[in-house]
Amino acid sequence: MLKFIGRRLVQMVFLFFLFLTLVFFLLQAQPGDISSQFLDPNIPAEIRAQLIERLGLEGNVFQQWWSYMTNFVTGDLGVSLQQYPRPVIDVIAERIPRTLFLFSLATLLSYVTGFKLGKRLAWKRGGFSEHSVTISGVLLYTVFYPWFAIIMILTFASGFGWFPINGFLTPEFWRNAPYTGNEVFGQMLLSLTIGAIIMIVTLVLARRQEERRTARLVKLIGYTSALVFVAGFWILRAEMRPYARDILDHSILPIVTLALVAFAGVMLLTRGSMLETLKEDYILTAQAKGVSEKDIRDKHAARNALLPVVTSFVLGLAFIIGGGVVTETVFSWPGMGQLLLQATVAEDIPVAVGALAFVGILALVAHLVVDILYAVLDPRIRVQTGN
Amino acid sequence: MVIKEPDATEALSFEEDAHVTVGPGAKLPESLWKVRLKLAWTGFKRNWRLFRENKIGLLGLFVIVLFALMALSYPVLRSVGPWQDDDVYDPVTGFSSDFQEYEVVATEADITDPTSQMDVNTAQLWCFGVVAGDVCEKTGHPAPPSEGHILGTDPLGRDIASQLTFSTRSAFLLGLIAAVVTVGVATIIGSISAFYGGWLDNFLMRLADLVLLLPLIPILIVLSGMWTITLPLLGVLIGILSGFGGTAIVLKSQALSVKVKPYIDAARVSGGTNMHLIFKHIIPNVLPLSFLFMMFTVTEAISLEATLSFFGLLNVDMSWGLMLFTSQSQGYLRTGLDFWWLLIPAGMAVTLLAAGFFFVGRAMDEVINPRLRSR
Repeated sequence: MLKFIGRRLVQMVFLFFLFLTLVFFLLQAQPGDISSQFLDPNIPAEIRAQLIERLGLEGNVFQQWWSYMTNFVTGDLGVSLQQYPRPVIDVIAERIPRTLFLFSLATLLSYVTGFKLGKRLAWKRGGFSEHSVTISGVLLYTVFYPWFAIIMILTFASGFGWFPINGFLTPEFWRNAPYTGNEVFGQMLLSLTIGAIIMIVTLVLARRQEERRTARLVKLIGYTSALVFVAGFWILRAEMRPYARDILDHSILPIVTLALVAFAGVMLLTRGSMLETLKEDYILTAQAKGVSEKDIRDKHAARNALLPVVTSFVLGLAFIIGGGVVTETVFSWPGMGQLLLQATVAEDIPVAVGALAFVGILALVAHLVVDILYAVLDPRIRVQTGN
Repeated sequence: MVIKEPDATEALSFEEDAHVTVGPGAKLPESLWKVRLKLAWTGFKRNWRLFRENKIGLLGLFVIVLFALMALSYPVLRSVGPWQDDDVYDPVTGFSSDFQEYEVVATEADITDPTSQMDVNTAQLWCFGVVAGDVCEKTGHPAPPSEGHILGTDPLGRDIASQLTFSTRSAFLLGLIAAVVTVGVATIIGSISAFYGGWLDNFLMRLADLVLLLPLIPILIVLSGMWTITLPLLGVLIGILSGFGGTAIVLKSQALSVKVKPYIDAARVSGGTNMHLIFKHIIPNVLPLSFLFMMFTVTEAISLEATLSFFGLLNVDMSWGLMLFTSQSQGYLRTGLDFWWLLIPAGMAVTLLAAGFFFVGRAMDEVINPRLRSR
């Protein structure tokens, strides 16, 4: 297992440097020289040469590539042009937790609901409900996403007034707040992360149990303790609660919108994968043995149909990160995606490229996590790579 | 070695047809292209029968045909139809100077329908000296649907219907470019990777993994900040990026299964070069599968283009995404459904056309992949 993770890690690092090289050459490939874009053409030649040297733009492409790589590894991504003396890494570090929050909750929500609905859909193949759900699923999948987000805002925020229209927090409410938004948000993330860790530990422990009844007991204890922990965490922070509530209110609509679109893809995929699994001989055997329909669906078919769905997570990842950029922009959620777009529009190239590199890191790390989870879930993978 | 007629050598690869006698100076009963055409026609009829059973696929085809008619309607309406006036109906530079009647009410709070009512203060900007209860005429843009403009006008006074039909053509064009480039790149990469194997295969597939992993939207956003991206360039970019990723991996596995077929060995024994084997034997056999991916690429390209131009990042004259960008940047989209003709037509057009191609793609998937068929 460790060997497997180690090998994956090495592959990821290699892929990341390949990606960074790609990004670097994208920068180089832009029309003209990068120095000609940012330096006034009327500067005298010797001052120009000095500036070019100070910006690290002298030397040939490979020397520049080398300095870019070494700078990146030491965390030096340059300085933002928009928020001038602020280092890019600082801007990005502020934005990353917000994106992770949006991204992980939406992914979780979409995968759980998508899988549950998809397996039911495949089971009821051919009915009217199956057709209508499939058609609306495809429409959700291909919907023009920014437009869909606007419709969601029009309906649930400005229409029903259930949620704030956009933004990260309500400025008037925070005017005399004793905390900064980032502090409160950090606490929210902390409680959620610990809760999630308790849940994962529970799942792993429950899997180890031989008896079905003890497994159920372990799950019950684990889930309640996670809930009790999160509840207790916020009972102890009574003063911070209304502020956390405000941030939470702002986050619900973007999370739901992103999850809805991603959910459709998962549902359609689960349906396809279930349809293939249902053709297998062991399903027929189970039916012949007289296993109940629900057991065949949930234990025999869905378990095996799950594998391609987890694999497709890699594909879904790019989709959901791209969707995240759009979501953040339409909902004015100040995360990496919004940063990427704003920096690009403002021609703040260091920030735009830095954000792109970190989006790549996000995709790669999520890929690694999925790979490890996959190996934990499916013994066949471990055996295969062990040889 | 007997010198064969060129026609007859080519017929060697044509094992299925029993009428063809092979040998020096053999007379073919029919010319080769006719036989090929006939075979293609029977194959098409067989696939069409399978495709026809899929109602969702037919629905998708219907939607695509509808949009194709819409694309065709633009030049017809502009050249012989009622939209001949360039100053009014040009999708980019047109301006409608139709007057619209507004009922003047006392205060802003009295307005029940903002498309036909305005308060006194606003009205006095256009009609000097009006009081509440009068009627004020102004060139109100965005104007609601009327006889001259069946889908109303946009905030700049341009005809929405003309923009909508004009953009349909470019959506098809973009989809076509992206699909052709994707399939071209993916078949070549997949075939070469499968045929040569070794380090080349390893390198290409790792590259495909990387491209597969990367989200297209952020990359295209950053690219648009550095380059001027036009519609054909966007098509090529999407084609290359999506052709290098998942499509190449799937087509490679298909090419691997073709590579071990006996006729490849036969062709190699009779002296076929590697290039001949790849281009004459492997690629034609991988191509049917790649048509499937064309459909999905078109879906992707249409929504990507719309998303990027919705953010105002592309250099295009007019597109569905740009129509929404114009309304959004003038602040008309967040006011609810009062200005529905700015919100609904463009958004629905993107969604429906993308869904149409996706439906057809899924139906084709069921034709090609027998495990998905319902019987």
